[in-house]
Amino acid sequence: MRKTEVSIAGVSLKNPVMTASGTFGSGMEYGEFVDLNRLGGVVTKGVAASPWPGNPTPRIAEVYGGMLNAIGLQNPGIAVFRERDLAFLEPYDTRVIVNVCGKTVEEYLEVVEALGDTRADMLEINVSCPNVKEGAIAFGQDADCLYDITAQVKKKARQPVIMKLSPNVTDITEMARAAEAGGADAISLINTLTGMKIDIHKRTFALANKTGGLSGPAVKPVAVRMVYQCAQAVKIPIIGMGGIADGEDAVEFLMAGATAVCVGAMNFADPYATLHVLDGIETYMEQYGITDVRELIGCVR
Amino acid sequence: MKQKKKETGSVLSQREIAPGIYDMWIQTTLAAQAEPGQFIMVYPRAESTLLPRPVSICETDREAGRLRIVYRRVGKGTGEFSAYAPGDEIAVMGVLGNGFPLAEAAGKRAILMGGGIGIPPLLQLAKELPGEKLILAGYRDGNLFLGEELGRYGTFYAATEDGSAGVRGNVMDILAAHNLQGDLIYACGPMPMLRAIKKYAGGQRIPAWISLEERMACGVGACLGCVCRTTRKDDHSHVNNARICTEGPVFEAGEVDI
Repeated sequence: MRKTEVSIAGVSLKNPVMTASGTFGSGMEYGEFVDLNRLGGVVTKGVAASPWPGNPTPRIAEVYGGMLNAIGLQNPGIAVFRERDLAFLEPYDTRVIVNVCGKTVEEYLEVVEALGDTRADMLEINVSCPNVKEGAIAFGQDADCLYDITAQVKKKARQPVIMKLSPNVTDITEMARAAEAGGADAISLINTLTGMKIDIHKRTFALANKTGGLSGPAVKPVAVRMVYQCAQAVKIPIIGMGGIADGEDAVEFLMAGATAVCVGAMNFADPYATLHVLDGIETYMEQYGITDVRELIGCVR
Repeated sequence: MKQKKKETGSVLSQREIAPGIYDMWIQTTLAAQAEPGQFIMVYPRAESTLLPRPVSICETDREAGRLRIVYRRVGKGTGEFSAYAPGDEIAVMGVLGNGFPLAEAAGKRAILMGGGIGIPPLLQLAKELPGEKLILAGYRDGNLFLGEELGRYGTFYAATEDGSAGVRGNVMDILAAHNLQGDLIYACGPMPMLRAIKKYAGGQRIPAWISLEERMACGVGACLGCVCRTTRKDDHSHVNNARICTEGPVFEAGEVDI
């Protein structure tokens, strides 16, 4: 029997495969394709204190080996999210990680408190969305700000706290250390890389927001490098993501030091991508006679 | 309940029916559930292309399990599709979105309006829609693709931008040139055309069902990429945005702020 169970901040996951925030809603839509009970966890789309309309369209542009998005964290607000999205996830035997966004520290804390008595197993704090102009990203690009918001969230949170890091910084390890020092239970990375596409036929930007977050296979080497660097810099567990398309990609992240992984943009390329990744990890374990997936975590130094 | 799925279909036939416009029949079990105005996602094989392409359904043969798509070759994805030959595999997902409401047209005179690559979904609609049908199609030039087939299901009128066939101009010019009137409108086409139709229908106080398009990633309502502004708060989003892939692509013109 091969063991695929991993643990993050005392929360056990049946396997290391989760969904990347913003690519999977709250599981309702992809639940038509994928048995959510098979996933290690569902990481929800970011939710704020009140409904956010997001950015104008176009919000999506394809680029070579990836995509740009500038959704702008459209969300229905925490009240609806609690009643609808969390209620939907209630019966599933999978971990629920709620991604929390805000424009001010107070807004983050309001959401964190509103989730205290819910079935959410962990909170992922989105301090790294590149597409929201007010606040948000600033918390993720300044180590002092990141330390401060982490510490404040930790004071209010009833669940383990994962800080989601932005790759749009000079030194990712500085941010990882700030999150750890602030008391984060785990970090997740990478959020999207800020990019741009110009439509040369229309002489305009492909996205209404001009810039957008790059994701998909194109970002994977950057993500693997950053996960590796953070794994050397901090002791808290790391959730790795960035262009994971199959089991071999996931194993690469585990070897770089991630305890769990998220499948993001590839859900769009294949609605069954999460299961494809999970099956691929098991195939790899079989191929190399690995009995416990934890043997792979950080095995390459 | 209808179940969405992704599967590998096969290309039955393909031909270029006008410059850059391709007409493909696909063998797929998705056909059994397809309604007029719905769409499918077609997945390019090239790994450099991450996202599937939303393509409207032109015609459906539910019993034989065949779907017809008519699409314009515009980039890498559709460029790849246009090279597919009979027998080739084609990855499709669907069926997606809400189609045109049909029962509303019973006993009435409906105006079906299509512009450019918005014309194809009118074919299956014209086949299934009850009542009297006026079918107005706007083209760039005299390549009146699908015109003859559309004419079998209603009175067909063409407009061309270059004036080489039918009325010179667009579908709105056909209304004026032939002094046409109807009880309701069904439309698919470019945004300026849909805006003009919304304005016209508002003035005539008749309902207009319009099919919108937008850049999409997932096609199933998860990514929130393809929203359009709505006049009222949307039940799902709780803001004035509805997902074109899920709440649409067909909206009553009064519901959307275009």
